[in-house]
Amino acid sequence: MTTETLTNYWVAVGQVEDIPRQGARVVATPMGDVALFRTLRDEVFALDDRCPHKGGPLSAGIVHGRSVTCPLHNWVIDLASGEALAPDRGCVRRIPVRIEHGGVLLDLSGRRRS
Amino acid sequence: MNMQAYERKRLVVVGNGMAGMRTVEEVLARAPDRFRITVFGAEPHPNYDRIMLSPLLAGEKRFEDIVINRLDWYEANGIELVAGERVVHVDREARLVAGEHGTVRPYDVLLLATGSDPFVIPVPGTDLAGVVTFRDVADVETMLEAAHRGGRAIVIGGGLLGLEAANGLARNGMEVTVVHLVPTLMERQLDPTAGAMLAADLERRGIHVLTAADTEALLGEDRVRAVRLKDGRELPADLVVMAVGIRPNAALARSIGLECRRGVVVDDGMRTSDPRIFAVGECVEHRGVTYGLVAPIWDMTKVCADRLTGAAESVFAAAVSGTRLKVTGIDMYSAGDFVGGAGSEEVVFRDPARGVYKRLVLREERLVGVVLYGDARDGGWYLDLLRRGEPLGELRDLAIFGEAVATAAQGSGAPADPAAALAALPAEAEICGCNGVCKGKVLNAIEAQGLKTLDAVRAHTKASASCGSCTPKVEGLLKLALGTGYTAPEGEKPMCRCTGLGHDRVRREIVERGLKSIPAVMAELGWTTPDGCHICRPALNFYLLCAWPGEYRDDAQSRFVNERMHANIQKDGTYSVVPRMWGGLTNAHELRAIADVVEKHRIPTVKVTGGQRIDLLGVRREQLPEVWRDLNAAGLVSGHAYGKALRTVKTCVGSEWCRFGTQDSTAMGIALERMAWGSWHPHKVKLAVSGCPRNCAEATIKDFGVVAVESGWELHVAGNGGIKVRVTDLLCKVATKEEVLEHCGAFLQLYREEARYLERTAHWVERVGIDHVRRRIVADEAGRKALHERFLHAQRFAQTDPWAERASAVTRRAETPAAEPFRTLVPAE
Ligand code: SRM
Ligand SMILES: Cc1cc2nc3c(=O)[nH]c(=O)nc-3n(C[C@H](O)[C@H](O)[C@H](O)COP(=O)(O)OP(=O)(O)OC[C@H]3O[C@@H](n4cnc5c(N)ncnc54)[C@H](O)[C@@H]3O)c2cc1C
Ligand code: SF4
Ligand code: FES
Repeated sequence: MTTETLTNYWVAVGQVEDIPRQGARVVATPMGDVALFRTLRDEVFALDDRCPHKGGPLSAGIVHGRSVTCPLHNWVIDLASGEALAPDRGCVRRIPVRIEHGGVLLDLSGRRRS
Repeated sequence: MNMQAYERKRLVVVGNGMAGMRTVEEVLARAPDRFRITVFGAEPHPNYDRIMLSPLLAGEKRFEDIVINRLDWYEANGIELVAGERVVHVDREARLVAGEHGTVRPYDVLLLATGSDPFVIPVPGTDLAGVVTFRDVADVETMLEAAHRGGRAIVIGGGLLGLEAANGLARNGMEVTVVHLVPTLMERQLDPTAGAMLAADLERRGIHVLTAADTEALLGEDRVRAVRLKDGRELPADLVVMAVGIRPNAALARSIGLECRRGVVVDDGMRTSDPRIFAVGECVEHRGVTYGLVAPIWDMTKVCADRLTGAAESVFAAAVSGTRLKVTGIDMYSAGDFVGGAGSEEVVFRDPARGVYKRLVLREERLVGVVLYGDARDGGWYLDLLRRGEPLGELRDLAIFGEAVATAAQGSGAPADPAAALAALPAEAEICGCNGVCKGKVLNAIEAQGLKTLDAVRAHTKASASCGSCTPKVEGLLKLALGTGYTAPEGEKPMCRCTGLGHDRVRREIVERGLKSIPAVMAELGWTTPDGCHICRPALNFYLLCAWPGEYRDDAQSRFVNERMHANIQKDGTYSVVPRMWGGLTNAHELRAIADVVEKHRIPTVKVTGGQRIDLLGVRREQLPEVWRDLNAAGLVSGHAYGKALRTVKTCVGSEWCRFGTQDSTAMGIALERMAWGSWHPHKVKLAVSGCPRNCAEATIKDFGVVAVESGWELHVAGNGGIKVRVTDLLCKVATKEEVLEHCGAFLQLYREEARYLERTAHWVERVGIDHVRRRIVADEAGRKALHERFLHAQRFAQTDPWAERASAVTRRAETPAAEPFRTLVPAE
């Protein structure tokens, strides 16, 4: 494993303002969709847009606190860790996010490797 | 009076707590004039319900609410209460009891009910100011004082007491951390899964939980300022609550030479090693076991009273009892052996959407343990199965789904609904586990005393007066006894885990306080989470929309994806699109337009729905706006097949074509759909119009169904196909088309205003009763017109085609709904 700084590949994907508060947007990447979430408190998180349960589009769920509820069967996913809340078990991949001057940058290096 | 005072024996009770006073009540019930009674209580209060200290701390009750017997009760029963004086000595030779302030009383029989003491862990610093236990009113007062000053509280101990203290302090605005020695919260009541759910729920309420954390010392000069853990961490603290457990208070008994081990040793008749001295409650040890819950203690008090009065030679035998956590909004229950282990099987049920987890432990086909989290309504039922200890037999496969499902599925007329189940119970069936009150006793009291309210039943029978979990059953009995004469009080089930308030209450507050946004509702009504959850947000959005038509701005982020996208999400993440076909009627132009859209966008599946229209399935999210635009261009609008909204209006061909038709049912259906389309509701709403009683449009299983007859129209309401079929109730018969429209609009508006979110008309009408609906819609003409008026007013703002709005937004490249993804993917530098 190389260190993070060497392999980071930051991609600007839009403005924080473009994501509705308590909502989500999707970024289509060559390897599949990434869901960007914006919480009530303006934190931004990025996860693969696939629920660990049966692949539901998390970007279409209701965002509350630091969680999103999957629209298909209501699993609740913690945005910060990508993990499903108990009693469910499962984890979605997180994609590193950086905010600069209101712009959203995603580190897609992990995706390039895979 | 044939009873003479000087003949009465003297009974002295040490301890004015729950066990002592209950024994006195039981004695009075058996033999009101047998004893001259003196009660010593160390606390300067009349007898109160210790269980309710948690709601007292949380601010949900006042002290007056939790007093069990007021001072006038002692007086009325000739009981001398020596309150605020601890008994320090008993002379067993002379049979004298002495209090700390010098009060001395002789006794013939002595009853010890001294309860238990909170256990304080042996670490340095426990004597600092700001360190409290949680046992009595004085402790609660200390905690409330500390809470007024604000700051941080550390609760040591993550069991029942600790968590209730933590919740209460958090409710009072303190920043609370629970420090628990082992990895699972409430490990004596919960398995690790439920423990983790509980921890997550508490975190969501802002209560921080540290498990596997061992306290080493409490730090500070005079006042406590921090807690140090063995791993070196220091947690700043303004208040420390020690809630790690209790220890039987046998100090007095020990000092006077009674046989004691962990507690005061008693025999099966609650007698200590001195035949003149009895003991009950948490201070006793019976066959090696001590107790910390009231249910077994009530059994002790009955046995003790039997023995004291000579009414019976009953014996105390411990029964399994269940535990609940009394934190509003957190619903848990456990009983028996839930650890399982070798030779046991388990049945587990999870519904993460509702945060529900249930686990049953079986041994040799018998239920031996149960853990319920998130939905503990059936706790009592499981406890009953557990106590009976019979093989489950046919119940085995269904027991996990709870009482209603399991008993309904047992077929052969077994009562499916709770009311019937309650009616079928034998008189001796236990209703209130805490207070050991059976069905017969409740019903007798209701009849004999003419009781009308839950509070009255509580006061007279004690049923539902403690933990409150049997409240639905007690209310059920009131309903059974009084029929429609019973109106349920406040205190419905909370909407979700973000609030303690129920749907009806929240709706009322929205209107009365003029709350006009979701954040306003959450702030004013004390939501415990910053922005709710997927259960309360969609409900609030609807309630606000309904209360303030034209004024409230719909919150897209609080709608389920289908309503946000105006299409139905499918299992592969694509969507289905259903255009409206008014009354099921279509024509070549519309069909051609649909065909064109299907070809142009390569939509994989086209299906005729069960609601008389056409479904385009497999549309990708990014195609949606264009599909809408093309359909719109041909005059087709959204069929709202995705919404808690007006769905279809099914019709039959009616008098236009059918040889049996009595009226033009198709035209009537179209008129209804034109009036009602676009309206939002607590759940989906479906209409149908049949041209004659042959009823080809299946109007009698619709939310509002119309059946034409020679002389006019029959109006039917609250039908439901689906999971549980319910045939409509007949609302009334009317003559003209205008009347049909007015009744329909009024009915829909009443439903919008009164039903709880996600309650279909069928469930709502079952709850409020068809008579209520008839009164409002049929009997009250002015009321009906007003409802209809309000419906039409709301429709002025609701009847915009969502597809048109969004499709044109796409062409304008203006702000779009969530459907429009980022398309940019520009690398940084
Ligand atoms: C498309 C359709 C099936 C079909 O191909 O015919 C359909 C499809 C679905 N129905 Fe239905 N129902 C359809 C007619 C019905 C009918 C028949 C009717 O309306 O006459 C019923 C029974 C009548 C009733 O509602 O009382 C019906 C009773 C249900 C139920 C059970 C409701 C209940 O109260 O028990 C559900 C579940 C729910 O709503 O929670 C449901 C839920 C669903 C959902 C929305 C499931 C879901 O959440 O994804 C399905 C969506 C598929 C989709 O995306 O298109 N569907 N569903 C029908 C659409 C009618 C329309 O034109 O709008
Ligand atoms: C916060 C809290 C929540 C609880 N929640 C639940 C629950 O949900 N469900 C449940 O089943 N149980 C619950 N319990 C436990 C329940 O309250 C006890 O099991 C019950 O109170 C025991 O009754 P008791 O009479 O033995 O003791 P107590 O009610 O404690 O009564 C003993 C009394 O004796 C007095 N006393 C002691 N020594 C002397 C003396 N020498 N002279 C005079 N007076 C004396 C004490 O001051 C006290 O008032 C809870 C307890 C607490 C503290
Ligand atoms: S019957 Fe079941 S599977 Fe078929 S459309 Fe309705 S909900 Fe879906
Ligand atoms: S796919 Fe997300 S909950 Fe089932």
